This record gives sequence, structure tokens and C-alpha cells, in this order.
Amino acid sequence: MIFDEIKILKQHGNQFIPDVTKPQLPGPFKGRPEISAEEVNEMALASLCPTGAIGTSPVSIDMGKCVMCGECSFAYPNKIKFTTDYKIATNIRERLIVKEGDINPISIDENKIRAEIQSLFGRSLKLREISAAGSNADEQELNACGNVNFDMGRFGIEFLASPRHCDGIVITGPISENMAEAVQVCYDAVPDPKIIMLVGTDAISGGIFVGSGALNRSFLEKYIIDLYVPGNPPHPLTFVNGVLEMIRGKKKN
Amino acid sequence: METITNTLSYISIRNQESISLSKIPILTYGKFSTEVIQLMKEPQVHCVNYFAYPDGEILKFICCLADDKASDIKVFSHELPKREKMQLTSITREVYAFHIYEREITENFGVEFIYSPWPKPVRYAFNRADRSKVVNDYPFYKIQSEELHEVGVGPIHAGVIEPGHFRFLCNGETVLHLEIQLGWQHRGIEDLFLKKSALIQRTVLSESIAGDTAVGHAATFAGLIESLAGISIQDRLNIERTIGLELERIAMHIGDLSNMCIGLAYQLGASVFGALRTPTINYSQLWCGNRFGKGLIRIGGTHYPLNVSLVEALEKYLNNFERRFITMAEKMFSLSSVLMRLENIGTVTKTQMSLIGAVGMSARMTGIERDVRKSHPTGAYQKLPYAPVFDISTGDVWARAALRRKEIVASIDYIRELISMLKTNNETPAKPLFEDNIKLSSNLLSVSLIEGWRGEICHCAITNDQGKIQHYKIKDPSVHNWMALALSLRDLEISDFPINNKSYNLSYCGHDL
Ligand code: SF4
Repeated sequence: MIFDEIKILKQHGNQFIPDVTKPQLPGPFKGRPEISAEEVNEMALASLCPTGAIGTSPVSIDMGKCVMCGECSFAYPNKIKFTTDYKIATNIRERLIVKEGDINPISIDENKIRAEIQSLFGRSLKLREISAAGSNADEQELNACGNVNFDMGRFGIEFLASPRHCDGIVITGPISENMAEAVQVCYDAVPDPKIIMLVGTDAISGGIFVGSGALNRSFLEKYIIDLYVPGNPPHPLTFVNGVLEMIRGKKKN
Repeated sequence: METITNTLSYISIRNQESISLSKIPILTYGKFSTEVIQLMKEPQVHCVNYFAYPDGEILKFICCLADDKASDIKVFSHELPKREKMQLTSITREVYAFHIYEREITENFGVEFIYSPWPKPVRYAFNRADRSKVVNDYPFYKIQSEELHEVGVGPIHAGVIEPGHFRFLCNGETVLHLEIQLGWQHRGIEDLFLKKSALIQRTVLSESIAGDTAVGHAATFAGLIESLAGISIQDRLNIERTIGLELERIAMHIGDLSNMCIGLAYQLGASVFGALRTPTINYSQLWCGNRFGKGLIRIGGTHYPLNVSLVEALEKYLNNFERRFITMAEKMFSLSSVLMRLENIGTVTKTQMSLIGAVGMSARMTGIERDVRKSHPTGAYQKLPYAPVFDISTGDVWARAALRRKEIVASIDYIRELISMLKTNNETPAKPLFEDNIKLSSNLLSVSLIEGWRGEICHCAITNDQGKIQHYKIKDPSVHNWMALALSLRDLEISDFPINNKSYNLSYCGHDL
């Protein structure tokens, strides 16, 4: 009976987030960290990090290496605080390193975005995702970007099956030796001009897998990376906002 | 010790119990295989792990068989001096479920199992014995015929999912045989467990074995370490961990139902189930900051105790979810257009599943009563018995969907009972323990089993005489269950592959490690 469907739709309600730049995430969510000037034993602080993301003098956190385990902020709550700021994607690798005293948002350097990206992809960006030893957390969050809540399709951003129909690739995972060739073949199949995004800490730095003999990250040495999207896994809002800023610029959102 | 090795062929331990290595009987290989073949004849016995590890000049082999009725794990071993050429007679011929273990041992250590019916690579581990075998050159099964054709898919798939290669041997539209080649996701995790010795590194690794089972694998790891270190944890912590495990199950089951609806082109189900996944994982985010529950499990304690306001939010979420879920599920399972695409599609039998050693949902959907929560309960499952869903047995896509539907409802009820337990608990939540407060005992083996949402997860560890982890062994439920998907495809239209694949939703990285 059609009444069932009406009831289901009523319960379902409106699920989409009207403005993806606005939602607030709850307290324990770990976004951009802020590091105070408090004096601590810097070596002890740095050595507790599982991925060596913490630097010393001055204390810094590399969001490209951080797996958001939170241990540093539990051990040194007055020194390190994670804010809920999820807009942490950038096109400049160094900008992912947050230093003592930095309280500014992590942003995209508009001058460094290649000219063709905004002119060609501003209204439509089709992407081929390559899971290169991704753990299926990053992949699920990328799928969520297209669901009824985040609905990035409304901005013309979409994942497609064939690399030939795409404008770039999105890599998740630390890139295993066994996937290295497939990554290259897939990238080569995308027509020029094309972009590369690294999504998730594992893709950006290797994350917790650094030092494993099973990885082959040589692909990354050959090309310019257009967007780094940190997180373990990145929140869909981090991805959607980062991509939008890259293809449309800040104001035009 | 001598008398033990001579008289008993195995030693019984409980789940998450540690035993001294010297107590594990060492059998001759002949006796070992007879014992395995004999014990595995019992329907309530299945192998939870069989692995080799190097110890000086000797290769040691440990076998752990779980007995679902006796609730124990029978442990025994055999040994082989390390040589250029090592050979053993394959047990797989008699006990099919052993194929994956023997293949892994061959791949890692170069031991040849003679008469093995299926001596194929498993995951092309970076430290494999034979480096000349490479992932792009897998020996696929072939049939010579002018009339047949092959369809190859992957490693990169159409959707945003993990990589794997599927090779179909087809007669027209009908699949005669599907072979699944994995290994693309191999990250060397077991080796990293030894290399990265800080507890937090290992905890983060355990959360990354399969990102969709972060809580399941981390809880299995935590249970193992706590056992090796002789730490007993609070009731409160056990309850909270179990809530985490059951929430992970709900989140993944509902996501799978949504994906199956996408496969059926049933838009309403896809949207509504998809939207119901969001509040589930968002609850996780509210609790521990991460939508996949990363950070929730720590050794000995927690950073995120479930306080009064979190419990309130959990109850609210459950009520809202349940109402919406039940209406949608009733609709879905009453539509003939949906049922037509689920019933009698991709059917496997109870016999097949017990032969391949299927675990978790893949076993239960054919009527096998296998669920660690009941057979080998630990923590809260021990205090508050969980009644598994054992009344589905048709083994088709419908069974896999219907089992998820029922397990979601069972998990909601069970979480409600856990909440009542938590409300009467007045322990002050313990903080996580780190190196300074933990010491693993030396020369032990420990086996930890947890029923993750896919099925039984098994971690084993062996400590050396300094109490350091000498060997770490991980087994995701998918290790056995991939064969179930291959069997489901026999004599099926190739176009039914996507719905079957979604109905299993097995882990690539959990298999590849
Ligand atoms: S939260 Fe990040 S920086 Fe802090 S300890 Fe964990 S991984 Fe290191």
C-alpha cells in the first residue's frame, strides 16, 4: 500500500545538509589541533606519538602524519587541544604542519592552484577513486560524500567507474607494492589535464604503515599533488569542503 | 613436561586464556594430521588458526581448534627443522578448510604440502618465501574450450571499494567458476606488529587491520594483550566495549542493506537504510570523536567512559532508529519485486559452508550454529548471554539480507540490556594503561576470539623469554568466507554477481593484512 511509503518518507524527512560549510561536529571530534605555549617535556611528548607526527622546538603536529589517536592531548591536555574544525584540506603539504601558537585555519593557497582546475572543473569534477591498500574506512567516507546527507553530486562532484571519463584520481591507503602498477595504469588512463588528491593520513604519509616493506610509494614522487585531505579517515565534510574550495575558490562557494 | 607431550595430544584453553608454550603438546606430523582429521569430523569443531613461526633453526606449527559445545580451544603443535626443501603431506585433501592455512604457510615459509589440491598463493606477502611469484601473474584455473569465455574484473573495481581481482569462467551468461585473487591490499601488518613495539602503535595498527571493523579487531587485540599481561578489566569496561561492538554491527549491517538495495535498484530502501547508517556512526563520533569507533578501545581502560548524557543520547538514538528501521524493513521484505531478486539467488548449503570453515554470518545464513558470542563468550557476553539468530538457513541472498535484519533487532535489544547493566554499575571508569604499567609474561601463547560483525576474528600472539611478542597472527573472518562468495556464483547468471558480492561484503584488507 502506498500509505506505507508515505509513512516511511515522513519518518525519513529531509536528510540533506543545506550548507556543507556550516555544520558543527560534536566535542570529541578531532580536527585542527591548537598547541599552547605551555612548557612541557617536548621529547616525552614527541615520543608518545605512534606515527612520529609531533615535532619539537617549537612543538608541532603534522596532520599529514597524525592518525588522530588523541593520546598527545590526553597526556598533555593543556598543551594540545584538538578543535572540531574539520576544514583541514590544503594543496600545500607544509600547511598541514600546525605549530605552537598557530590558531589560523588550514587553508588552500589559491595562487598555487593550477589555472585549469578552476576554469575546467569548477562546475563539474568527475573522479576515479583508487583504493591502494586503503582500509575501507576512507573509502566508506568517500562514498558517504555522495549520500543523501552530504550529497556532493549537487556540486557536480562525482566518482565514476572509468578513468577515461574522469578529471583526476583520488588515492586512499598507503599504496602497497602490489597496487603500485595498478595506480600508475589507472592514472595514465585519465585524460589531461588531470588532478591527484591524497585522501586520509595513510595516503598522505603512509600513516601507521611507514616502515613497512610492503609499500611502494614511488608514484607520488613523480607528480604534483593537488589536494591533501587529512583524517583517519577524513570526515566527508573535510573532503567536500576541500574539493569545493579547490575547484571554486573560497568566495564562490 | 615429557609426560604431557607423550600422553595428551592437545591442551584445552578458554578464549583469551594464555598458556605456557611448554604445555603445548608437540606431535609428530603423522599424529598431528590424524588428530586434526579426527577432531574436525565433529560438527561443533572448527579451526580458528593454524600457523607456522620460525624459532631459531626450527619452524613451529601451532593449531587451534575451537569446540563450540565444550567452549574450549584445543591447542597442539608440530615442528620441522628449517631446510632448503621442506615437505609435509597436505591435510586439505581431507579437511578442505585447511587450504587457506596451508597455502599461507607455503607462501610465507616455502613449506610444500604434497597432494595439496589447491596450492595457490594467498596474498603475495612482501616477505614471502618465493619472490619470483608476483601479484600480476596469478595461476588462474582454466578450462580449455572454444565455447567458454573468461571475464576478468579488477583489481580496481567500478565503485569506491577496495581492490581485488575476480575471474569468471563463463558459458554464455552462466558462471561455471569464479576465482577470487586477493593480495593487492597487503600492507605487511603482522610484521609491523613486531616492528612497532609501542602499545599505542599496536593499538592503532589493530584499528587499521580492517577500517570497517576497527572496534572488532581492536577489541580482539585488547583481549589478547590483557590476557598476556594478566590484567583483568572492569565490568564497566566490558559492557562499554560490547556496546561498541554491537553498534559497529548495526552500522555495517544497515549500510549493507542499503548497498544491497542499490544493487536491486530499490531506491527507497537504499536512501532510508543509508540515512539510518548516519545517526549510527554519528553516535560513535559523539562518543569517541570517530565515526568508525577508532580511539574507543584502549588497553585496560578507556578515554571515553559512557557517562549519563551519552547513555541518554544512546537510548534516544536506539528508539528513533528502531522505529524507522522496522517500518522500512517490513516494507522491503514484503515487496515481491524485491524478494524476486533475493530468493534462491546465490544459494550455498550448510555442508559447503562447514567444509570451507565459514564463520559468522556466512555460516549462520545456512543454519550453522556458530557464533563466538555464544560458544566462547568473554566479557559482557559471559555475564549477559546473547541469543544468536539461528533460525535462518536458506543460504541465498535473501538469507544474508534477512539475517542482517534480524541481527540488527537483536543487537538493539541486547544494547538495551547492556545499558541497564551499566546503570547499576558504580565502578569509576579506569584510564587506559601504557607501557609503564604493563608487562607481558614470557613464553606464552594466547588466543583471542571476538565475534565481529562479519564473524569470528582471531588474534594469536606468542611471547619470547623476555616477554616480547615474538609472533603475531591475525585472522579476519573473510579469510574463510571469500570461498563462500565463489561458491555462490556457481551456475549463476554473471549479472547476479554484484548483489551476491554486496550480500557478503567481505574484507579485502582484512584478508590481505
Ligand atoms: S593525536 Fe596525532 S599527533 Fe597526537 S599522538 Fe596521536 S597521532 Fe600523534
